Amino acid sequence: MIHLDGDLAAQIRAHGARDYPHECCGALLGTEDAGGRAVRGLLPLSNGRDDSPRNRFSISADDVRGAERAAEARGLGLIGWYHSHPDHPARPSEFDREHAWPWYSYIIVRVTGGAAEEMTSWRLTDDRTHFDPEEIHPAGASQAAPPGHAQGGSH
Amino acid sequence: MPVRVIVPTPLRRFADQRSSIECEAVTVGDALRQLTTSYGELKKHLYTDDGRIRSFVNVYLNDEDIRFLKQEQTQIKDGDTITIVPSIAGGAEDAGLRFIV
Repeated sequence: MIHLDGDLAAQIRAHGARDYPHECCGALLGTEDAGGRAVRGLLPLSNGRDDSPRNRFSISADDVRGAERAAEARGLGLIGWYHSHPDHPARPSEFDREHAWPWYSYIIVRVTGGAAEEMTSWRLTDDRTHFDPEEIHPAGASQAAPPGHAQGGSH
Repeated sequence: MPVRVIVPTPLRRFADQRSSIECEAVTVGDALRQLTTSYGELKKHLYTDDGRIRSFVNVYLNDEDIRFLKQEQTQIKDGDTITIVPSIAGGAEDAGLRFIV
């Protein structure tokens, strides 16, 4: 299970809607303990895939190092990543699997016609063959927001 | 030469939860091979099936990306640090690929 604090789910949706029809991406900053994972903050990042931003995203090694430093400065860890799937389901593609790392949480939000819809979270299995779903808490965070609700996130 | 290899957080579970590992090596490639020999589960996350470093695995010698040095043949000096840094990529389905779950 992964818990999203406060309005972080809305912020992810807002980022996805704002960048539509391109994919958005960002880092999940948070904690992990015996009780599970909790996302305490986000670090929105620029999609590095200028050549195909509608169905690809990339985050450079420099941005990964920057996200690690940002997490550390807040007493948190870098626990995963989020990105959007414009006009596609919120489930991992084969391309996602080929490029994924184990342990990280991967949150995906579907954005249809500019409106953010369902949101899911996934973790790559250790043998790299597939993703396991990760329940998002609170449960309402994974549901599509009412019209207009996801448009006002702050970054 | 003694060298310290920094293991990224997502891979530490495959290296006895260690954040860094000391080894003796002449080149960066030697050090990485030692790492994956000692901790076999790391190999599939760092290398493709044909033995090349995966495209989203970045290897730095001190603060320099080895792609701008002599890649895996880059020589190590006493006290160097090798850092493995992930880059992150993904994206939605396209005509050539399928969803997997």
